[in-house]
Amino acid sequence: MVKGIENKSNDQRPFEPSPPFAIEAREVNIAYGARRAVLDVTLKVPEHTIVALIGPSGCGKSTLLRSMNRMNDFVNNATVTGEILFRGQNIYESGADPVSIRRQIGMVFQKPNPFPTSIRKNITWGPKINGYQGDYEELVETSLRRAALWDEVAGKLDESGLALSGGQQQRLCIARAIAMDPDVILMDEPCSALDPSSTLKIENLLLELKDRFTIIIVTHNMQQARRVSDYTAFMYQGELIEYGPTDEVFETPRQELTRDYVSGRFG
Amino acid sequence: MVKKLLFICALFCVIVTLGIVFLLLEEAVGFFQQVSIKEFLLGTNWAPMFEPRSFGVLPLVCGTFWVTFGAALIGLPTGLGIGLFLNDFAPSWLRNLVKPVLEILAGIPTVVYGYFALTVITPWLQNLLPSVEVFNAASAAIVVGLMVLPMVASLCDDAIKAVPRSVKEAGYALGATKSEVATQVTIPSALSGIIASFILALSRAFGETMAVTLAAGSTPKITLNPFESVQTLTAYIVQVSTGDTPQGSIEYKSIFAVGILLLAVSLLFNMLAFYLVKKYRTVGE
Ligand SMILES: Nc1ncnc2c1ncn2[C@@H]1O[C@H](COP(=O)(O)OP(=O)(O)O)[C@@H](O)[C@H]1O
Ligand SMILES: [Mg+2]
Repeated sequence: MVKGIENKSNDQRPFEPSPPFAIEAREVNIAYGARRAVLDVTLKVPEHTIVALIGPSGCGKSTLLRSMNRMNDFVNNATVTGEILFRGQNIYESGADPVSIRRQIGMVFQKPNPFPTSIRKNITWGPKINGYQGDYEELVETSLRRAALWDEVAGKLDESGLALSGGQQQRLCIARAIAMDPDVILMDEPCSALDPSSTLKIENLLLELKDRFTIIIVTHNMQQARRVSDYTAFMYQGELIEYGPTDEVFETPRQELTRDYVSGRFG
Repeated sequence: MVKKLLFICALFCVIVTLGIVFLLLEEAVGFFQQVSIKEFLLGTNWAPMFEPRSFGVLPLVCGTFWVTFGAALIGLPTGLGIGLFLNDFAPSWLRNLVKPVLEILAGIPTVVYGYFALTVITPWLQNLLPSVEVFNAASAAIVVGLMVLPMVASLCDDAIKAVPRSVKEAGYALGATKSEVATQVTIPSALSGIIASFILALSRAFGETMAVTLAAGSTPKITLNPFESVQTLTAYIVQVSTGDTPQGSIEYKSIFAVGILLLAVSLLFNMLAFYLVKKYRTVGE
């Protein structure tokens, strides 16, 4: 992907990826009551790329991610200021409909959270409530195939999603998000509860999904960020410290804080 | 030592239960020597006091059915609605107001509920519909519905609160509205607790005595009109026990037969609850 040519480590100009952008955050501030969790973050996420959000625990990654499809609406006392543009529209402007935004910006959570029902219904529920008109059987199969789960569950679609292993459950959750055919998929540490081989499967999956979706992934695991992402954003204490092509952020970071973090000096 | 003490407590509980069953059976046997089980269960005329006597229990069953059914109609959906509302829709100040009110409601003695039915609900019904009798099944049903409401609401609230937040979030993240998540994710996930609360409420309504005696009256009859006076199984037992019925007489013995019927149906409710809760347990976890 995009490779920086000059890597001047003291260059303070903010990184400017090339449009079109799937999501664009402009001077976003998020607070829980009086406690400020995200400070003045501006971030442009180009379409069909994978952007990793990294940073030490509590730095505001989840908060920022959840603001991108208005999942923080469900947190009492969370306030967002600034703009988050999706297809050029500010999703926080007064007429914006959070429900329709979430149809187009899906989410995969840290802990696999399939519905306590069959594998098939896990996939079809979202499209059904949103009035999907196509062939549901086909939808189930393609979604599960894209989530690299089809071969493992093809014969037992009517069994409970909860009967699957953790890694399979997480891929089911990815399949469920894919079935809505969103533009963007937000993932909050999707592998943190999984074993290494499940993690590897999901990482490979992400690389394939990039063709169709834009993915923003929060990860604790820096190897993972390096393996899957095109761009990396490093956050620290609510601020976006550095954002750039993943190779640059890891190999030639502009900020000392970033260098310390990616070299494992704290976190 | 403690273990022994606890064992005695447990034993006491079993002995009391067995004692009650034994007492009921002993007197009921005497009753069934004079009245056949078939006549008792299928007979449509309940006239225990006056000649010609008749011991067909269906009129009492009908009264009990009306009260239980009506109470369920009012108490169950409302209770579930309150539980859902408190969890997913109410602002916290309202929640903090409603919870204690429910607890107070649950603590009001049943005789007060009965009095409330007679002096408030019945006149109100009569206002709407002049043909309503002073004692009537509908008034009893409404008041018993109100009576079980706090229990249903509180148990449903607990069951719904136990639904993991993450599962609801999964629903929202798929572009579901609040009410879609509430009805299609939250309620199914909490189903075992909700069903348990419903059956407890049914069995409470079914066995409720004081309020229904006051509100529904003591006219055993099979009727389709809920605005007439009826008599429930429990109200009949009250009527005989508080009257000057001589011990050993057939009408005295009849209350034990009615008692056995009450016990059997309560047992059935419990078994049903046990079965359903088990059946839906896996869904909720
Ligand atoms: N619901 C909440 N209420 C209050 N404070 C919160 C809430 N969620 C997160 N925070 C605080 O906001 C900050 C950022 O949290 P979070 O976005 O979860 O960080 P990260 O995902 O990077 O670990 C933390 O200090 C955390 O304690
Ligand atoms: Mg987090």
